[in-house]
Amino acid sequence: MTDNIIEVKDLVKKYDTLTAVDGISFNVRDGEVFGLLGPNGAGKTTTLEIMETLRDKTSGEVFINGLSVDKDQSEIKQIIGIQLQAAGFYPNLYLNELIELFAGLYNVNTDPDELLDLVDLREKRNSKFKELSGGQKQRFSICTTLINDPKLIFLDEPTTGLDPQARRNLWELIKRIKAKGTTIMLTTHYMDEAEILCDRVGIIDHGKIITIDSPDNLIDDLVRSGFERPKQVKLASLEDVFINLTGHTIRDA
Amino acid sequence: MKDIKYNHLRAMLSLTKASLKAMTRNPSAVVFNLVFPLIFILVFGFIGGSSFKIDVVFEKNSDTSNHIYRELANNNTINIIKNLDYDAAFSDLEKGRIDAFVNIENSPSGKQIVSLKTTKASPERGSILKMIISEIVNKQNLAFTDTEVPKTELKETEIEGRRYKTIDFILPGQLGFSLLSAGVFGTAFIFISLRQTLVLKRFFATPVKKVYIILGESLSRLIFSIFTSIIIILLGYYIFGFTLVNGFVTFLNMLIVSVIALIVFLGFGFVVSGIAKNESAVPPIANLITLPQFLLAGTFFPISNFPEWLQPVSRALPLTYLNEALRKISFEGAGLFDVWKDIIIMLIWGVVVYAIAVKVFKWE
Repeated sequence: MTDNIIEVKDLVKKYDTLTAVDGISFNVRDGEVFGLLGPNGAGKTTTLEIMETLRDKTSGEVFINGLSVDKDQSEIKQIIGIQLQAAGFYPNLYLNELIELFAGLYNVNTDPDELLDLVDLREKRNSKFKELSGGQKQRFSICTTLINDPKLIFLDEPTTGLDPQARRNLWELIKRIKAKGTTIMLTTHYMDEAEILCDRVGIIDHGKIITIDSPDNLIDDLVRSGFERPKQVKLASLEDVFINLTGHTIRDA
Repeated sequence: MKDIKYNHLRAMLSLTKASLKAMTRNPSAVVFNLVFPLIFILVFGFIGGSSFKIDVVFEKNSDTSNHIYRELANNNTINIIKNLDYDAAFSDLEKGRIDAFVNIENSPSGKQIVSLKTTKASPERGSILKMIISEIVNKQNLAFTDTEVPKTELKETEIEGRRYKTIDFILPGQLGFSLLSAGVFGTAFIFISLRQTLVLKRFFATPVKKVYIILGESLSRLIFSIFTSIIIILLGYYIFGFTLVNGFVTFLNMLIVSVIALIVFLGFGFVVSGIAKNESAVPPIANLITLPQFLLAGTFFPISNFPEWLQPVSRALPLTYLNEALRKISFEGAGLFDVWKDIIIMLIWGVVVYAIAVKVFKWE
């Protein structure tokens, strides 16, 4: 087995007239956090869904942990966890029951409370998903990706729509999951988030990968090329001001 | 890597369990499946009464060229049934489907003898008929006052029979309708909502196969409907005196037929969930399927009450055959084999509906 948990070669996905993914290749290393960045409609979600075996590809090759997405879909699903953009959960069930449902669907035995502890939602075990705040929903969504103790999890825009406190809280969670050795593949629109979380990022636009490297290297390269910001950067951002004034405490309880 | 074989059955059952829990917390499922049918049973059980006709059969050798026959034939409340199998007719008399047998014969002594055979299964109609006939007989005898002995004599007998109550008609119809609406509305709503909120997509992200998602969800609807059917039948039996001819066997046969019908009706639900674009499009389409059956399938009134041009429509609907089978089983004590025609017609509907469902069903 290689050190790459994801290998994508010349991946193409065409819809009727539109080429959503236009021959991209990249690898994700075991244990890293890899970010797929790009504007809306760049092909991020399509690429993710092909890797998750939720969508067929037009051509190219994709291997997850050495397993082909063409042949070994069921085996792949058993070793990955998926958080979908805007996915709901079965109505009228409590969080602990939802975890039991997924445990059944993954054929694993699990302790719902232990998993809920991981995402700080134990006190919400008897609440319904729709009663949760935005940040709690995302945390629960990530919690369900961990039920089958996966090697690799996919997070599609996990912090979109969250307030700064909830975003930071989710970053901490993602770092904790990484620390356990789980590989994380995520997409995001927030560059600060990618800078903080990702070991490497791939920037994708019009279905093609423009560049892949660590955030540090990409910034250094840009600076070396003579780039200067039109305005001198201040030592803090408005978000720092906001967090400084309102604190780190999350506001969703 | 752990390489224990993935068990789809386990995945399916966990979905069934989850779905059942969710259903019991969803008031509309309980209302549709249980409260509505019970309200209808209550209302119609107490109101009762449909159009009033006395069904009479004249025996094979009966003299029909006489005044009494003509009087009865001209009476609006009396319906003379002709050209039928007499053995079957006698068993209908026991069940109260036919109210009386009449035989008019002329004895060698020149006396006219009217024999009236009524049934305990239909005592009211029997006694009304007796009044009508004795009035005719009396008038006729008065016309012959010159003879001392009455020319016409009325002989009555009453056979044993089970009394057919309104509840015996209403309850199977309501049970049938409860199954139809559970199958169509329940299934259509849940699959559209699971599709729209991407719950199905999240399920696809797990190793479970699509077909087991459908099976798991259908199984929970089946269990829930069996449970509500049991409640409806038992409440009917203990509170409204619903007839279960052979007791537990009849009860069991009713449940088996209900399960077969529900599987067919679930197919309608899958079709609706495939056709409807969103949840608000479900009620009109689902009503299009359920309402005509509600009205025409003999839920409230016997099909024979409808005008003749409408009856073939009724005869085409699957609910008609469920209602018919349930009534035959509950009141006449028919076994599953006795209602095989009804079951076959429901199964044909099932094949057609599932063929359409496979074509139109949408996963995302």
